Amino acid sequence: MGDYIVLIISCIFVNNILLAQFLGNCPFFGTSKKMETAVGMAMAVIFVLVMAGAITWMIYNYLLVPLELTYLRTIAFILVIASLVQFVEMFLKKSIPALYAGLGIFLPLITTNCAVFGACVINIDKEYSFLQALVASFSYAAGFGLALILFAGLRERILLARVPSPLQDTSIALVTAGIVSLSFYAFKGMV
Amino acid sequence: MLEPVFISVMALMGIGATCGLVLSVASKVFYVYEDPRIAEVEYFLSGANCGGCGYAGCSAAAVAVVNGQAPPSVCIVAGMESAVAVAGVMGVDPGSAEPLMSKNECTGGDRADNQFLYNGVNSCQALSALYGGQRICSIGCLGQGDCIAACKFNAVHMGPNGFPVVDETKCVGCGACEKACPKNIIRVRTMSERLLHFNQEDDALAPCQQTCPAEIDIPRYIRQIKEGDYEGAVYTIRERNPLLLTCGRVCPHPCEDMCRRGIEDEAVSINQLKRFVADYEMNSGRRLPIPCAPETGKRVAVIGGGPAGLSCAYFLRRLGHSIKIYDMMPKLGGMTRYGIPEYRLPKEVLQWETDGILNLGIEFQGNVRLGIDYTVDSLKNEEGYDAIFMGVGAWKDYKLRAEGEDLKGCFTGIDFLTRFASHQQGDSPDDVPVGKKCVVIGGGNTAIDCVRTLVRLGADEVSIVYRRTRKEMPANMVEIEAAEHEGVQFHFLAAPVKAIGDDQGHVKQLEYLKMELGEPDASGRRRPVPIEGSETLMDIDMLITAIGQGPDVSFLEKEAAIKDLEITRWSTIDANPETLQTNIPYVFAAGDAQTGASLVVEAIGGGRRAARAIHLYLNDEDVTPIPKSLRKKHIPESLFESVDGIILIKRTPMPEMPVAERIKTFEEADLVISETDAGRESNRCLNCCRICYDKDSCAA
Repeated sequence: MGDYIVLIISCIFVNNILLAQFLGNCPFFGTSKKMETAVGMAMAVIFVLVMAGAITWMIYNYLLVPLELTYLRTIAFILVIASLVQFVEMFLKKSIPALYAGLGIFLPLITTNCAVFGACVINIDKEYSFLQALVASFSYAAGFGLALILFAGLRERILLARVPSPLQDTSIALVTAGIVSLSFYAFKGMV
Repeated sequence: MLEPVFISVMALMGIGATCGLVLSVASKVFYVYEDPRIAEVEYFLSGANCGGCGYAGCSAAAVAVVNGQAPPSVCIVAGMESAVAVAGVMGVDPGSAEPLMSKNECTGGDRADNQFLYNGVNSCQALSALYGGQRICSIGCLGQGDCIAACKFNAVHMGPNGFPVVDETKCVGCGACEKACPKNIIRVRTMSERLLHFNQEDDALAPCQQTCPAEIDIPRYIRQIKEGDYEGAVYTIRERNPLLLTCGRVCPHPCEDMCRRGIEDEAVSINQLKRFVADYEMNSGRRLPIPCAPETGKRVAVIGGGPAGLSCAYFLRRLGHSIKIYDMMPKLGGMTRYGIPEYRLPKEVLQWETDGILNLGIEFQGNVRLGIDYTVDSLKNEEGYDAIFMGVGAWKDYKLRAEGEDLKGCFTGIDFLTRFASHQQGDSPDDVPVGKKCVVIGGGNTAIDCVRTLVRLGADEVSIVYRRTRKEMPANMVEIEAAEHEGVQFHFLAAPVKAIGDDQGHVKQLEYLKMELGEPDASGRRRPVPIEGSETLMDIDMLITAIGQGPDVSFLEKEAAIKDLEITRWSTIDANPETLQTNIPYVFAAGDAQTGASLVVEAIGGGRRAARAIHLYLNDEDVTPIPKSLRKKHIPESLFESVDGIILIKRTPMPEMPVAERIKTFEEADLVISETDAGRESNRCLNCCRICYDKDSCAA
């Protein structure tokens, strides 16, 4: 039990996928201008990453390892994640239209989100068990959401600030992201 | 050697095939019916997924279009062609494909005083959160430029006066600026929406604009004149009033009575400024192009080519409907042509103005009388018009009901003016015989028009007989003064009793009773009371009675379809004052026919109001009154009582032709002010309410 708590804390804070591993930066900057979109994106990532983590773990351990094809990991995972997202989109549209409408455009956008792929690869590299992989996937996604929502709040306040014109918009966002990332270094010694 | 390659290829193919199979099965199992038009609409959108339209991507926008939540013109990138194509898919009229355009409603001005010193961030959002901004003006532009930052197309920039200016060539109408503005000042509207906007209680309006029956944005056009943008001023006026040459000459300008400058100084000469820019356009020899919305295919018949009919036709045409005007007279203009004499409004000027309106593509048929040559029934059922506007005016003179008013040499006011005007412009060969000693009974503008016409026709002695005093005369003060200067005699407190004829049945004397003023009556004017035994005789050879006029509704006798049209006891058409719709849903009425004899500008405002209702009716929407309508009301706090700190500057006097010359000719008596004077006069405007009125640094 204690192991899992450590795993969760490590994935959310210490090894935050955005601010410590620097994965998924495109949606981080693209959808953090408004709190509303940031929340939508965070929810979509949590949803997809948990599913992708589970499926890719199974593909790897039950297909690629027995066939000694582990070097095909990257291409196989991309294929599977892309199909998964499409499948989930269709499934939600039919079965849970409310959730589908809520996630909206963010669901297909995740097809190209490297944080999802990155988290799946890390699960394999660390040789997690299935349950560990599931928990880690969820925690990475939660960490992604946390960072994204925090950052959206910051950017909404930056809009109200006097920013020198060469630094406006994305430039100041990158600088801010750096500082936020530094502050996450404070978690470094925890685990 | 080949085995590992074979296995890896097979494994990948296996994964791919499984994924494909699962997806294709899923697409069948989880199939959700989607309107096929969504895909078609999406095909015509840009595919850029830019979000400029306010929807999350092109497919979301396509869904919104198909659900009727977004107009066919939703895509701001693909432009007009895409809008027309999408309208084609949707089978809607392309009228709604009219481009949106951002417009800053705040005309800026001299910045108002600060209530407090603000040292926060440079953002309207932040500033408005602090007591609604630091200026004493609570409704104007905050000037921090949130709209400029919000615009992705560089179409908004900070103007020299500290408020944002929209570059119409770059604006795509995405609405980002409107969303960014915390004060709701910068607004994105189609031209139709702007043309159909009426004063509302929460609009920021100067007292003059609240008073004007046509609701012209007076401070804006005065400001444009001040900046030398005369064409812009013409456009501003034309958004509310298509008859600017006419109004610039004959309007009694109720707006000037409410001018705040008039509290301490003389009111700004608003109407002369209007006339100045109107004449500027006419004399430039170039008509400014007037844009119209795309055709809607709806047809409206306008009965009566007077100010109400012209205004209604003009606005409906600009909204994209097809219009035909019917009139009993051979030429357009109604009472402005046949009632207002040449010296006040030259026919040439009026012709130029009505030609401009017809040039929009409006048809006109003259010399046809309602109830004789055609009926509302025939228009609706035979000609197939979708709606009918009645602006038939008030052409029937009230009778004096005195003995002898049918003698030879006796006329009624409108009849006399119309017959004379028809002869003068060659419509009719019959001249009106003019006497030597002429008397006009009445105190309104019609009476004054009659006497001033008679003076010019060479009558030796022209007098007005009115039963009250000069103070109670309903005519415009400038008109009364002009008549006095031209040598008209006024007999006040005199009530005509009868006209006495000679052997040939020609009028020779008028008997009247002298009056004195008694108690005030219902209208607040002191009621004249006859003095017993004061009968007096006056030698005359021509008598005109001009004691008021009302609509002629005799056409109703011939009507089958609208025989139930409700008529008030003043024989005006009974229409809802807000929507101007009558009890017959497709019939709308405005102007003198609905209000009783009133001002030209009142009829123009009514015509536009009716155009709004007709537009709603034609689009199958509910014809509802304007929410929070400010019709004939004022916003109390906008009528501030003191304007201290003003440096007195004399109002520009109206240039006039010298009396000795003008009484011999029908040439225009009032002249236009010079460009220098227009600039000076426009500087007298205080820019009330809309902006920051700042008493310390005002333009005075």
